[in-house]
Amino acid sequence: MTIFRSMSAVRACAALGALLLALFALPAVAQEAPDALVKRVSQEALQVIKTDPKVQAGDQARVRELIETKLAPHFDVDRMTALAAGRAYRSATPEQKKQLADQFRTLLIRTYSTALNQYRDQTIDYKPVRADPGATDITMRTEVVRPGQTPVPMDYSMTKTSDEWKAYDVIVGGVSLVTNYRDEFTREVQAGGVDGLIRSLTAKNGGGATK
Amino acid sequence: MIASHRGRLPMLAVAALAASLAGCAAAPSRDDPFEPMNRVSYSVHEVVDGHFVKPMVQAYVDYTPRPIRQAISNFFNNIDDLFSFVNDVLQGKPDKAGNDLGRVIANTGFGILGLIDIASDAGIPKGHEDFGQTFGFWGIPQGPYLFIPVFGPTTVRDGTGWIIRGFTTPTGYIPDVPLRNVVWGVAAVDLRASALDAESMVNQAALDPYTFIRRAYLQRREYLVHDGAPPPPKEDDE
Repeated sequence: MTIFRSMSAVRACAALGALLLALFALPAVAQEAPDALVKRVSQEALQVIKTDPKVQAGDQARVRELIETKLAPHFDVDRMTALAAGRAYRSATPEQKKQLADQFRTLLIRTYSTALNQYRDQTIDYKPVRADPGATDITMRTEVVRPGQTPVPMDYSMTKTSDEWKAYDVIVGGVSLVTNYRDEFTREVQAGGVDGLIRSLTAKNGGGATK
Repeated sequence: MIASHRGRLPMLAVAALAASLAGCAAAPSRDDPFEPMNRVSYSVHEVVDGHFVKPMVQAYVDYTPRPIRQAISNFFNNIDDLFSFVNDVLQGKPDKAGNDLGRVIANTGFGILGLIDIASDAGIPKGHEDFGQTFGFWGIPQGPYLFIPVFGPTTVRDGTGWIIRGFTTPTGYIPDVPLRNVVWGVAAVDLRASALDAESMVNQAALDPYTFIRRAYLQRREYLVHDGAPPPPKEDDE
């Protein structure tokens, strides 16, 4: 019985996969409240997953295109990169920062498309946001429900940038994506500097494509 | 269970030896002072899991109808709930204890020994407590991180909790030894199957799966010890 039990932790962290669910589709609407934004984008995402014929047929390029156009714009990837890379980011050149963010973005999109293939039968519960009307940094709490399984809490840390809300972290079952990558990035930077981290990310993404 | 105890000890010995040889390779972190040894264990795990455990578990998933797998998961989840109840009590959490006890009674009595999870259908929440969390609740720190081949990630504190559970779990009291072994084997397969999706996510997401799994495990456990409201992490990068 005990064997593998702690794989549930692995499961949680891989729920990182599920993580990106809300990342989908966000045509920017000025002043849209963050909870309304997350709800709309994630619902549109689920809708597309369930109805798009190419997605249904397993067309990975199509899945990535959808994530790229609908979901990625609602994430503050620069901030995520800065948080994950920490000190190394602050000392990086503008060109390095750009490459880091591009590669990190690509990795997140690829990861999310993997997740989408595995979490098709889910529904999402949205918790009420408890924050001042004037708040500029909030946590949007949701719960991903799958038939026959324990619901997975999925929270989005969001910040108000100029006039729209963007997510800068996703926390799945208590596992923060940014915190997880911080360890990974630190390790790569120690081994090969910022350029080493960029190389590792590029290799992970399967070559030089930085789209 | 999948690897016999006899099989696992030499593996650890090899791991320890290799670790001592590779001792200076990486600067161990505070959470993971045995990182060199753990990395060897992880490599061993990858081989054993990839060649033996995972193919078997995949076959189980491919050839067992979903309702049967669900019933099997429910059965073992019911035992989880029993231990959750025990740990709710040890932590002095009466509300959770009531829920978990209610779950066990409902599912054992009306759900055919836990095969049907009617408590979830009735909306009774699971407590998700275990001995490792109780130790954490009592203020005992995690201790060093450990990666055990086949078992997976744990820590000294959580691993101690699993040992206690291993000696007390009801399935340990099945008098017929072959049947007991089958039940424990199925439990292991059920758990490994539940991690298949997660595993492919980790492999896609991680630059270094060892590091990724470690941080995810430690974050997850911290979260669980604090019942979903962990104190904010220390930012050591200002």
